[in-house]
Amino acid sequence: MRLFTRFTALLLVGGLATLAGAGAAAAQTVVGVTATEIKIGNTNPYSGPASAYGTIGKVIGAYFKKVNDEGGVNGRKINYITLDDQYSPPKTVEMVRRLVEQDQVAALFQTLGTPPNSAIHKYVNQQKVPHLFVATGATKWNDPKNFPWTMGYQPNYQTEGRTYAAYVLKNVPDAKVGILYQNDDYGKDYLKGFEDGLGDTAKKLIVMKQSYEVTDPTIDSQIVNLKNSGANVFFNITIPKFAVQAIKKSNDIGWKPLHFLNNVSSSLGTVLKPAGVESSRGLITALYMKEITDPQWKNDKGFTEWVAFMKKYYPEGAIDQQENAFGYNVAILMTQVLKQCGNDLSRENIMKQAANVKDFELPLLLPGIKINTTPTDHAPIEQEQLAKFDGEKWALFGEVLDAVRK
Amino acid sequence: MASSADETAKTAERVAAAATSGRSLAVRPLGVAAVVTVVLIAIALPFVMSGFRLFQFTQVLTYAIALLGLNLLTGYNGQFSLGHGAFYGIGAYTTAIMIDRWDIGYGWTVIAAGIVCLIVGFLFGRPALRLEGLYLALATFSLALAVPQILKYFEHWTGGSQGIVLSKPKAPFGLRLTEDQWLYYLTLGVAIVLFVVAWNLLRGRVGRAIVAIRDNHIAAEAMGIDNALYKSVVFGVSAAYTGVAGALSALAIAFVAPDSFNILLSITLLTGIVIGGFATISGAVYGALFVQFVPNWAQDISKAAPWAIFGVFLIVFMYVMPRGIAGFLHLVWIRLTASAVSREQGR
Repeated sequence: MRLFTRFTALLLVGGLATLAGAGAAAAQTVVGVTATEIKIGNTNPYSGPASAYGTIGKVIGAYFKKVNDEGGVNGRKINYITLDDQYSPPKTVEMVRRLVEQDQVAALFQTLGTPPNSAIHKYVNQQKVPHLFVATGATKWNDPKNFPWTMGYQPNYQTEGRTYAAYVLKNVPDAKVGILYQNDDYGKDYLKGFEDGLGDTAKKLIVMKQSYEVTDPTIDSQIVNLKNSGANVFFNITIPKFAVQAIKKSNDIGWKPLHFLNNVSSSLGTVLKPAGVESSRGLITALYMKEITDPQWKNDKGFTEWVAFMKKYYPEGAIDQQENAFGYNVAILMTQVLKQCGNDLSRENIMKQAANVKDFELPLLLPGIKINTTPTDHAPIEQEQLAKFDGEKWALFGEVLDAVRK
Repeated sequence: MASSADETAKTAERVAAAATSGRSLAVRPLGVAAVVTVVLIAIALPFVMSGFRLFQFTQVLTYAIALLGLNLLTGYNGQFSLGHGAFYGIGAYTTAIMIDRWDIGYGWTVIAAGIVCLIVGFLFGRPALRLEGLYLALATFSLALAVPQILKYFEHWTGGSQGIVLSKPKAPFGLRLTEDQWLYYLTLGVAIVLFVVAWNLLRGRVGRAIVAIRDNHIAAEAMGIDNALYKSVVFGVSAAYTGVAGALSALAIAFVAPDSFNILLSITLLTGIVIGGFATISGAVYGALFVQFVPNWAQDISKAAPWAIFGVFLIVFMYVMPRGIAGFLHLVWIRLTASAVSREQGR
């Protein structure tokens, strides 16, 4: 009997303590944060059609491990929970709801893909969960008025398209433009930016537009059509697999236009080398990151540090895969935001600090490109520089272009 | 001709009844009790579960409806479909477009999704009559491949690959339920109605005709069953079930995009009916639980190779339960009752 009462008392005390704890947590609304850790949630396609991007989620985890090994952020370890959504929007909704409601993360970070992020856009903003630095180049993530909890990361496709258009208008007087684009948001965003950039002359200058589906086996016939249209400028809006085909095929059939290759496929390792460096000579692209397979960065401090990091923390990751540099960069930015938060890791403050990054440089961004955000500007990177492939590396030319259009 | 078929069917029914009567007296009330218990547990779930878990179980229910639809076609009628993800998508888009474009009450859109898929399924079923087995599987496979691209083509309606964002419906009549709870109950209600309808359909004359076509279509024809009509109607009804499931999932997820209805979905559905139990009604529920939760467990076990783990699960299930979960449970049930009976007899 005595034992029983003691046990009850213990239970009561325990229960009260839990209640008090819950009350305190509710009062401060510091979800996902304890004295020793902060929970950050992420979804990535580790399986399914887009699984090649999954390495981004892994390299981020590796970087956070490095941060934790070095003592964490303001004494707190980052508990990074990353789940597979297979690039399928319903799965993303399920996984993100798990992260928010069950795992109770403080913030979501680098959820990958345009459709997956579209599916959770409204939900995370209703729940007021920071939805930071999403891994997609769509334009709609920079809409702080309607979606104050969402923030993009990389330069969006439309601004890049405008950059090429500006170059054409300035440097190619008798331009006849042929365009190949992927028939989805990504392709159309680029196309819109390019056409907007050409302005009233777009109808006259663009002689042919060809599209392909991401599921198509080849794009050979589109390239032949573009050649036959007589175009002397080629805007190539394709993902790596098709970019290789396009470069090869146009070379094979002797079509030598001024060839703009979108940044998505600017990797030497996965695109230019497989397509053949000779065929790739003269390509123009817009860059914001250092191309890690480009020999000009071999002795660059940012690059060598990254290689050392990869060797120590993510040895199974490929050193020639640009995604691994991408994830490293953005993980550093996230760590910076957490540092700026100091001891106040409430969701409100995380969002406030994310929207208050000033002239922050990342080791694998091109020199001169800086991260800037404000409460009314949720597009962190808005600068790019044009580069021409000289058979060995991307030779940067001109100045860093501020892609922000008023 | 028809009357003789009736005669045959009646005889068959009597024979079947005689064969099972030994058990059925003892088993039936227990079977009913089991179903009632499951339904009561399902009704109680929202009071013990978080919003996220409830959302998962709403997904289970929508899968169960879709699996039941596919099982009608493939399990009972013997027509293989690798393309039911397409009907799931058509149902989801019907709902999304009606809500987004015309602001129609979501309840009506679920019904409309069923009707649209019934018609599409019936029309697809007509020419597909000429195809059997693997050839039909390929024809439906093409449907599953085509639908996501067709959805992108009609961008004005479907929002292209951007998809359509919806708002979650709120509980009506001032019911004090969260959106998740209301959606769960809505889905549960629809599921119960559709399960009862399917059960009713399958246990009678129509059901026997459907199965007869699967087992021997020439004999079925000889008994006066209009094969062509039955097969296309079953195709339509099956598509309608799957379409309603798609519509409910669109409401629960509040977003549709072509990427949601890829070929993997069609294969997932087929996996579900085989694992759950071919040509069983309860198998749809087991299969739904499997396809919802096992991939998540696989991911928890190994981040590096979740599909390899999932594959192991599949093989183990197929090896241990060759007739699906429903078949396995049935076997266990028979063993238990048989031993009970023998004990009684021994005494």
